[in-house]
Amino acid sequence: MKRRIHARPRYAWLVFAILGIPCVSAAQDMSAMRMHDEPPPAMHSMDMNDQAAYGMLLVDQLEFTHGYDGNGPRWEAEAWYGDDSDKLWLRSEGEGSRGRIDDGDVEAFWNHAVSAFWSTQLGIRHDLGEGTHRNWAAFGLEGLAPYWVELEATGYLSDAGRVAARGRAEYTLRFTQRLMLQPEFEINLYSKDDATQRIGGGVSDAQLGLRLRYEITRQFAPYVGVVWSRGFGTTAGFARINREPVFDRQFVAGVRFWF
Amino acid sequence: MHTFYPPSAVDLSRRRFVQGLALGGTAAALGLLRPVRAADHLSSPVLSGTDFALDIAQMPVNFTGTPSIATVVNGSLPGPVLRWKEGSQVRLRVTNRLHVPTSIHWHGIVLPFNMDGVPGISFDGISPGETFVYQFHVRQSGTYWYHAHSGYQEQTGLLGALIIEPQGRERVVADRDYVVVLNDWSDDNPASIFARLKKNSGYYNTAQPTMADFIHDAHRVGLREAFAMRKMWNAMRMNPTDLSDVSAYTYTYLMNGQTPAGNWTGLFRPGEKLRLRIINGSGMTIFDVRIPGLKMSVISADGQDVEPVSVDEFRIAPAETYDVIVEPQDDRAYTLFAQSIDRSGYARGTLTTRYGVEAEVPAMDQRLWLSMEDMMGDMSSHAHSGMHDMNSMQGMQDMPGMMMHDHAPAAPTKLKTEPGVDMRVANPRTNLDDPGAGLRNNGRRVLTYADLHTIGGPIDPREPERDITLRLTGNMERYMWSFDGVKFSDAEPIRFKHGERLRLVLINDTMMHHPLHLHGMWSEVENADGHFQMRKHTVNVQPAQQISYAITADNPGRWAYHCHMLFHMEAGMFREVVVA
Repeated sequence: MKRRIHARPRYAWLVFAILGIPCVSAAQDMSAMRMHDEPPPAMHSMDMNDQAAYGMLLVDQLEFTHGYDGNGPRWEAEAWYGDDSDKLWLRSEGEGSRGRIDDGDVEAFWNHAVSAFWSTQLGIRHDLGEGTHRNWAAFGLEGLAPYWVELEATGYLSDAGRVAARGRAEYTLRFTQRLMLQPEFEINLYSKDDATQRIGGGVSDAQLGLRLRYEITRQFAPYVGVVWSRGFGTTAGFARINREPVFDRQFVAGVRFWF
Repeated sequence: MHTFYPPSAVDLSRRRFVQGLALGGTAAALGLLRPVRAADHLSSPVLSGTDFALDIAQMPVNFTGTPSIATVVNGSLPGPVLRWKEGSQVRLRVTNRLHVPTSIHWHGIVLPFNMDGVPGISFDGISPGETFVYQFHVRQSGTYWYHAHSGYQEQTGLLGALIIEPQGRERVVADRDYVVVLNDWSDDNPASIFARLKKNSGYYNTAQPTMADFIHDAHRVGLREAFAMRKMWNAMRMNPTDLSDVSAYTYTYLMNGQTPAGNWTGLFRPGEKLRLRIINGSGMTIFDVRIPGLKMSVISADGQDVEPVSVDEFRIAPAETYDVIVEPQDDRAYTLFAQSIDRSGYARGTLTTRYGVEAEVPAMDQRLWLSMEDMMGDMSSHAHSGMHDMNSMQGMQDMPGMMMHDHAPAAPTKLKTEPGVDMRVANPRTNLDDPGAGLRNNGRRVLTYADLHTIGGPIDPREPERDITLRLTGNMERYMWSFDGVKFSDAEPIRFKHGERLRLVLINDTMMHHPLHLHGMWSEVENADGHFQMRKHTVNVQPAQQISYAITADNPGRWAYHCHMLFHMEAGMFREVVVA
């Protein structure tokens, strides 16, 4: 795990993603509630909701981790607002320690439904945490593969001509109606080394998580889990230089919730 | 068949939620604390004649222990039973005491289009404080109902029964006549329910396939078979437990506005002939209705008399009505039991000789999975052979009738999936004799559409001059519903030529039921051979089924045509029909 050297918190993006979107979502609910008090429109037309926009915030992981390399928080969240075919889609993930963000990013996409189960995503990514806070153009695909595997595949192109890619797969295995296991796999690839972020070219790192959650309600579920992560190639080299483990096994505990 | 484990523990508050308050509903909210035994006195008031004054207002209710607000007619839920007389001219002054526009649609009534009550199509709606006068000639008889066609008002209680006495005498004369209105009540705002379905369409499905089921099946039929049962569903990203979008997770099912604990009660004397007029006024719930210990003779469907057929059970989709005759001979109580299609809950009442006497309430049937024919339609040689058992479904992936996602279209029509269409049925089933998912081979005589024959034949003997084919489409994951993949807002009206006789062919490309309702004109359902079967106002199309009906476009104007699953309608499974 990478350690932050210079404290240079750039929380603005994060605050936007984590706090801004629930407001949209809440406003949505409020507007639904308000419908009884609204004055009648001048022209009455069909009362149909087939073009309506909705908003959702899903905090898939908000957890505390304990691993070989210390303790800290980690998050993975997404939020969207839009109609059936087009949505503004925000996504963020990252982890921190000692009150700082070690690494992470925030992404914003135009999400467009292109087939029954797939949407394209076009947008930007901004890196957080240690090292250069790069900006990337992002393009990807998000959807549901056969056998109910949720997939995200995103390619990135940075201002400095760097290329990167990230793939993520997630599955929900139900033991009962409330108790379920969520395996998640993530892999990152980079075209060039980035010494400031301590990322090496090629397959830089991969992560496999298993989280066992209990849905107290559909919208709120605490969980415990274990996450194995590993750096490869030059990334592993950077870790060794900094006397950090190349391989980490973390125990995690957190909550999953959505609005 | 596939079984589910029952919920391990049902806590008290949950039971109260599902069963409801014994003295709930409008009574509790109004403080009308009458004795429980007088439950049928809590039924909706009956108004008859030709002049009616109906007030639409909000009212506090309490069905589950949680106070809530309903939208009601004349302070009752369901609204008053309106009794009209065939041949009369009725005048209904409907006053809106809400803060939002409202409307009442007379479901199944053939009338001038500007009296039909659909805001934006038949009229402007009724503004707050305004009174709209509906006035029209009643040219039919039977059991119908009325409901709001504005926003979610119908789902919050704006509905009631409509009984029209025939000009002559009733074909079947009964000693007692009871109206039984079923509906699904939620304390939650329907707009919130719809929003949740948009975000997580499985939100209300509390019977998702689990590892526990898998282990149970593997133990019972072997590992290989247990895998085979799931392979196809999972490969297609379809859920075999997807029977009802909204369940008793939020709904409390009501019978004449009474919760199961409230127990609506109808009296009889042994040997009497009882006519039960059953109306499904639900927003989203299909019920399977039976009275253990009594045969029911179905004499009317959607207000139209049919050749009597004796059954143990029938399925009733939202907006359908059935009249049945029961003749209890014994001095005892009988339970009128209406379980939801997904077996998550039930509405219940009692027919008894004395107040206070109840019969046993049967356990709900096991939850069953949808079968392959609900996804694939006509399974060639198997289609009519009653092959309903999942256990013999091995190797179904090779079935020619299947249309897998991403595969090239095989049928003449373009059969591609798209953002709003997650599956296609290349070879739909056309038979009407399937009682449907969860009712097949259950040991009871279950009514099917093949059993229904409207007395007197079609109203118009002409052969349809042309066919209009509509595919019923949807995407469960995205919770999108449409006709031909096009939502109401993106679609042009469907045009009928005034006076023509035409055929509407519906092909259900989804795994859900869609009760389709054409306003202002009858739907004369044909069997697979094109022969007249029965006349209805709401036709429930089963998953992967093709059904056709003839229409005589003799009622000029602008009409609504839509799925009566109200969230499917809201999502866009709606068309304007113009007859000109």
